[in-house]
Amino acid sequence: MNAGFNLGPVDQIPFGEGRAFGVDGEQVAVFRLRDGSLRALSAVCPHKGGPIADGTIDQDLVLCPLHQNAFSLDTGCSTTGAEPLTSYDVQMDNHQNIILRTAAR
Amino acid sequence: MTAVTDKTQPTSQHKGQHNAQHRLPGPVPASKGKRPPGTRDARRRLVVIGNGMAGARAVEEILARGGAEQFTITMFGDEPYGNYNRIMLSHVLSGEESDADIFLNSLHWYQDNNITLHAGVRVERIDRFTKYVFANNGHVVPYDVLIIATGSQSFMPPMDGLYTPSGSIKPGVFTFRTIDDTRNMVKHAQDEGHPSDRRRRAVVIGGGLLGLEAARGLQSHGIDVDVVHSGGHLMNAQMGPDGGAILRRSVEALGIRVHTGSRTTAVLGTDKVTGVRLRDRPDIDCDMVVVAAGIRPNVDVAVLSGLHVERAIVVDDQLRVVDEDDIYAVGECVQHRGEVYGLVAPLWEQAVVLANHVTGADSAAAYLGSRIATKLKVAGVEVASMGLQGPERETDEHIVFSEPSRGVFKSIVIRDNKMVGATLLGDSRKVAYLTQAFDKGLPLPEERIALMFDLGGPGEEQGVAELNDDAQVCNCNGVSKKSLVDAVKGGCNTVAGAMDATRAGKGCGSCKLLVKQVVEWAADGDVAEDPAASYYVPGVPLDKASLMAAIRKQGLRSVSSVFAALAPGSAEDAKSKMGLASLMKMMLADQYIDERDARFINDRVHANIQRDGTFSVVPQMKGGVTSVQQLRRIADVAEKHNIPLIKLTGGQRIDLLGVPKEDLPQVWADLDMPSGYAYGKSFRTVKTCVGKDFCRYGTGDSTRLGIDIESRFQGIEAPAKLKLAVSGCPRNCAESLVKDVGVVAVEGGRWEIYVGGAAGAHIRKGDLLATVDDPEEVKVLTGRFMQYYRENANWLERTYSFVPRVGIDHIRAVVVDDAEGLADGLDAAMQASVDSYMDPWTERDDPLTPGQFRTSLPLTVLPQVPVR
Repeated sequence: MNAGFNLGPVDQIPFGEGRAFGVDGEQVAVFRLRDGSLRALSAVCPHKGGPIADGTIDQDLVLCPLHQNAFSLDTGCSTTGAEPLTSYDVQMDNHQNIILRTAAR
Repeated sequence: MTAVTDKTQPTSQHKGQHNAQHRLPGPVPASKGKRPPGTRDARRRLVVIGNGMAGARAVEEILARGGAEQFTITMFGDEPYGNYNRIMLSHVLSGEESDADIFLNSLHWYQDNNITLHAGVRVERIDRFTKYVFANNGHVVPYDVLIIATGSQSFMPPMDGLYTPSGSIKPGVFTFRTIDDTRNMVKHAQDEGHPSDRRRRAVVIGGGLLGLEAARGLQSHGIDVDVVHSGGHLMNAQMGPDGGAILRRSVEALGIRVHTGSRTTAVLGTDKVTGVRLRDRPDIDCDMVVVAAGIRPNVDVAVLSGLHVERAIVVDDQLRVVDEDDIYAVGECVQHRGEVYGLVAPLWEQAVVLANHVTGADSAAAYLGSRIATKLKVAGVEVASMGLQGPERETDEHIVFSEPSRGVFKSIVIRDNKMVGATLLGDSRKVAYLTQAFDKGLPLPEERIALMFDLGGPGEEQGVAELNDDAQVCNCNGVSKKSLVDAVKGGCNTVAGAMDATRAGKGCGSCKLLVKQVVEWAADGDVAEDPAASYYVPGVPLDKASLMAAIRKQGLRSVSSVFAALAPGSAEDAKSKMGLASLMKMMLADQYIDERDARFINDRVHANIQRDGTFSVVPQMKGGVTSVQQLRRIADVAEKHNIPLIKLTGGQRIDLLGVPKEDLPQVWADLDMPSGYAYGKSFRTVKTCVGKDFCRYGTGDSTRLGIDIESRFQGIEAPAKLKLAVSGCPRNCAESLVKDVGVVAVEGGRWEIYVGGAAGAHIRKGDLLATVDDPEEVKVLTGRFMQYYRENANWLERTYSFVPRVGIDHIRAVVVDDAEGLADGLDAAMQASVDSYMDPWTERDDPLTPGQFRTSLPLTVLPQVPVR
């Protein structure tokens, strides 16, 4: 597994929201949950191409803003019957930077 | 069997013309499964007496449960044919269907299923001790299990002259029971031997279902028909006198003469029919008499064989003949818990239970009787009937609608808020819904009239049972009936669960009622009560009033604090965030702690997300009035930003579509106009007409008032969007009657205020809230109504649902008459919201969150980051 990509400081993502990043040719939505932990999923909704990073989240799910398909933040699996999103390993380093590994889990 | 039965049977001279395919001279031997002589068939022997709809259906059900492995099957049928659909005989009589069309099982079916069929052979006796049946052609057949399905025969009421001196039925007299009866009637009706100088005439004895069908069928052969009915009104088994009277009008309008409350005492004519004699009315000349005065179960073989027979063969809940271990009975020849049925639906239900027992597929199966709901077309008139004909107890509710000139009659009986009976005549559009309500005891709408008619409101209570599987239930998300049904079969037993699983009803929401009905239908009434249905948002188990009270009591000021304090396990819920954010902003105004993650993306960036992830920008254009400067600026902005689509909206504004998120601040800055709020669950716009300045019809300054209303209420949050309009005269060019709040100027300087109108996903004319003299009063009442709506409507409940739910009378009492003393509070709360207004587009200069306007678009090149 690669060492991961540093996406920069975590505070570029507000609590409870997501932001999109282009990483290694892939488009990744990184979410910062209200408890401070991070999740990362592929950024494009498999249903109609909606921008997942603009979705509303809680501790478990993200809702695509276009048609409210729901996906698990942990696994990328949809609870509304859509195809799954890819889930990525994402962590914070000691300098409060976001570290993302693109090799799909 | 008895002589009576013989007399109703076809005479042999007609048999030559029958379709050879369906007829056979002797038993059909089983073609497969014959064993070499000497080998023993270990299977039990099943013998079925009766090859009508019940007998054949029972065998079909048995075969479907692997009966062929358990049994060798032998069937005896009185009629020399395969099995046909008796219900369709009226169509054969009228010529709509040929007799070949109504066969259910051709002779091939018997061969293919290895059934030995003795067609045209009658069983005369059963020896239930040695277990043999004795047929009238000398066959003696042993059985291990016996099913009696002998059905019914026409009842011949006593009258003189029915028979010729030789004992046969007088030529020209018919019953209407079998395919041969039908063929004989058709032949007689078409017979060239009748004098052609006068119209032929028939009398039908019996004004029930079958009699009316016969009358209509004969009419189609150009015959004048009289119906003589001993009951006080037509179809008295299915409906009360009021319905019967209207049915009579409809039947008479077809040219059929009706004589109710009268009895035929004699058939006139020596060697053939020349007329009938009535008890108390003049004789009627005719060439033909059809007796359709009811049916009687065929129980002769059962009686002769010593089985327990009362009105019919008595069976238990397993369809087993009482006191017999190996003899079952099914269909019209059966008496179960005192009931004898003459319709097809109970027969299907009986056949299933019987098959489950005979094959052992489900030995717990029990037949508990049938609730009879019929939907028929009788003589061209739609008739549906179920349960009680009329009220029986003092506390029964009886709702009746009667419109004789159109032949429409509807009667519904309600007991303890459950439907216990209904009769519908001439208009059966609500039948599927009513049948469901009757079968499953569904809760009924408070407005009882909604049981009879589709009122203008959300949801169509159409017959979900009748929808095709591929019918699209949710037109936004393309969810078919089948998808919903599959979700239910897959284990979703709540409406919300099925909606979540399929996303049905998650678009515009206009199909929610239909979705609910489909789910309830699919679950066959086994829908778990959905506790979440009353919650304001799904993640906090409180209705709106309790939720608001809890928020106030605990002094909660943010969405996250609500989850922490009130949600189970203090768990956040994404689906609840937007609704909570809206509610708390409404309640707390500038005391609300605005957490941006609780907002939907539209409300985070103050624009409406489009299918490609870009946004639409609609600047405020109060009352739809603009200026040269505005237009020029909009044109410049559109040009500068290469706006892909410039569109006039339905709310009289200009929409710039296809703006990338990251460009929003610059577009707003260049426009330098306030937000038009074309994206939120909020006050949107006030549409106005030209008004009295220019329009020669205008009676009030609608444009000015529209601008004033928009200035006052711009951007206030609500449970759902609010679209308003002001029209300057009753021509209503601004379409005020179909707005959430619509104002119409009327002559005399007065203004009418309508609320709860809609012309989108639903069409509803608003209800008149008040008529006032002063534009200021319009503003006050508009604000007070909207505040009442904001405080009391469910999340995403538009005013077109809210107003009828609460009732316009109640709303008027609160808003106009201040009957509950709420007016001051409502006005103050609205004023607080108005005072806390801030144009959200000013966030362009100082984004509230990091990357607020950063792209999330998969379409464009995203910010690339260095590889570590």
